[in-house]
Amino acid sequence: MDHPPVAKLAKTRTGIEGFDEITDGGLPTGRPSLVCGGAGCGKTLFAISFLVHGATRFDEPGVFMSFEESTDELAQNVASLGFDLPGLIQNKRIVLDHVRVERSEIEETGDYDLEALFIRLGYAIDSIGARRVVLDTIESLFSGLTNQGILRAELRRLFRWLKDKGVTCVITGERGEGTLTRHGLEEYVSDAVILLDHRVIDEISTRRLRIVKYRGSAHGTNEYPFLIDEDGIAVLPVTSLGLGHAVSSERISTGIARLDTMLAGKGYFRGSTILVSGTAGSGKSSVAAHFMDAACRRGERALVFLFEESPAQVMRNMKSIGIDLQPWVDRGLLEFHAARPSACGLEMHLSRMHRAIDRFGPSVVVLDPVSSLLGVSAAADVHGTLMRLVDFLKSTGITALMTSLSHGKTEVERTDAAISSIVDTWLLLVTLESSGERNRGLYVLKARGMSHSNQIREFLLTDDGVELIDVYAGARGVLTGSARVTQEAEERAAALVDEQELERRQRALARLKTVFDAELAALRAKFETEQADLASGITQHRARVARLKEDKRDVARSRRADAANGDDRPKRTDDARGTVRYGSD
Amino acid sequence: MEATEERPSSTAPEAEPGGESQILRLYIAGQTPRSIAAFANLKRICEEHLAGRYRIEVIDLVQNPKLAAGDQILAVPTLVRRLPEPVRKIIGDLSNTDRVLVGLDVRPAR
Repeated sequence: MDHPPVAKLAKTRTGIEGFDEITDGGLPTGRPSLVCGGAGCGKTLFAISFLVHGATRFDEPGVFMSFEESTDELAQNVASLGFDLPGLIQNKRIVLDHVRVERSEIEETGDYDLEALFIRLGYAIDSIGARRVVLDTIESLFSGLTNQGILRAELRRLFRWLKDKGVTCVITGERGEGTLTRHGLEEYVSDAVILLDHRVIDEISTRRLRIVKYRGSAHGTNEYPFLIDEDGIAVLPVTSLGLGHAVSSERISTGIARLDTMLAGKGYFRGSTILVSGTAGSGKSSVAAHFMDAACRRGERALVFLFEESPAQVMRNMKSIGIDLQPWVDRGLLEFHAARPSACGLEMHLSRMHRAIDRFGPSVVVLDPVSSLLGVSAAADVHGTLMRLVDFLKSTGITALMTSLSHGKTEVERTDAAISSIVDTWLLLVTLESSGERNRGLYVLKARGMSHSNQIREFLLTDDGVELIDVYAGARGVLTGSARVTQEAEERAAALVDEQELERRQRALARLKTVFDAELAALRAKFETEQADLASGITQHRARVARLKEDKRDVARSRRADAANGDDRPKRTDDARGTVRYGSD
Repeated sequence: MEATEERPSSTAPEAEPGGESQILRLYIAGQTPRSIAAFANLKRICEEHLAGRYRIEVIDLVQNPKLAAGDQILAVPTLVRRLPEPVRKIIGDLSNTDRVLVGLDVRPAR
């Protein structure tokens, strides 16, 4: 840049939660700002908050010039917000001046100016050294005075005079037909214009704030929801959040051991967003309860927003599956916020959730169920709201679990589809209907950044909480419940039959072997007998031959014969089997 | 309420006892031509229509700024009729005599 740096516009903090953030510091110091809106939109409250915060927190006394409410009425109205106006007035931190303009009392004749008003205001400012001024609603002058020409000229002079005084000023104005203010105040106040809006859509009111103009300053141009409750006015600059949040690779348990296993063995990522969707009664709340319980067991804080059930109801129901949440509530680790979806608008819900989260500082947030918010607004709005909530939660590193009720036959429904893109982990609870019963099943539809199980698990609600077991997945499809039990029994029976058959065959073989062995033994015995017989036959034969020779020799000796080899060969016979047998007989 | 009497031009006549008294208070902010004109007009009207039955107090808010709130004064000049009730206010330089008289609930003596 060539030109020298220009001094940044000085800003005065309003102390209104969120407003100073979206305006990057508050209202322009020493200049008038216009706050306009319809009846009941919170203009006066905005103005008085600006003043009271100035007096109590920023050491800037203020003057409140009311053209509508009397000082007593005003003090009463803001007492409910914890503002002690009488006390502040007594301590000279605030001056309240009620300017009553009664048309019927006033007759106009000829030329006049509003110098008296200047004097009054100047006197009030000087009496306490005020740095802030509120004019609420100066447009009332238009109904009290008829000479518009004078009035307009005097208003122009008034705003210039206020600038010269160097007080930071809030001027309220009633919203007009097609214009920001009914009498065109925006013409005179050109530094900052803030529009408050109170809209009723489908019988539900939503308050919004928009910075129409802020000369010399960057500002968000969105409509910001704001709320008015017992703590005053709060603007939520949620839409200004980006995607720059840090991510954690830390894992936290789901509270269900088997589910941890399905999610790569460790559970959810810290700071991620989990959607648990399913049809009615599929066990969404139980999964959520496990999650809360696990967080509290780790000593972390859990904040639960209920849209359909009361905290007592949830605790009773969860106790029936063995999850006792009461001790955590007693120890201040667990907090429930229950509100009907129709109790207020979506923005209001969002705002309330923000506030509660800011105050409680949980590490885990549960929304049960987000789908019921759909009854309040159109799907696009819900999507936007949840997106902002998720952004906010992620930016603060809070792990969030949302449940969503899906209707209809296909489990993946449009409501889920609307929010599924913003969640990191999506668990789908399904009811598997077969053979006259409904059984619960769970699978991980998506889990960003982790290798998760693709298996469906049967989901049982037991006295000790949720239990996930393997389903039967085979040729006949996925079976659960009694069908699974039957199938398993059938398989066991079939296996038994097979086993028995094998045993039978084994026994048969064993018998066969016995027979074989026996026969082998018999044959061997026969063989051995034969062998022995043969051996003894040979021996006998040889003995006989030897004897015969001996005998012949004896005979020859006795006969003195010479024919020694006459007939000394043994007799040879052929038996029926053709075996040559030698024998003595 | 305390009121400082200011007489920009001449002295205002004192209210005469016995008559129906009008207590008139004229608020001005400094000695502007408009203030002076208003006071002159007021005096003339009173002399013409309320002779002896009125009293005028002039309050300069530049000198007594805190008095503005008491009578709910916004514009100057403002003429306030405090008595008799009800309180009436007439703003402007009082140049229109008829309107001033209507404002003061005084029938113009014609």
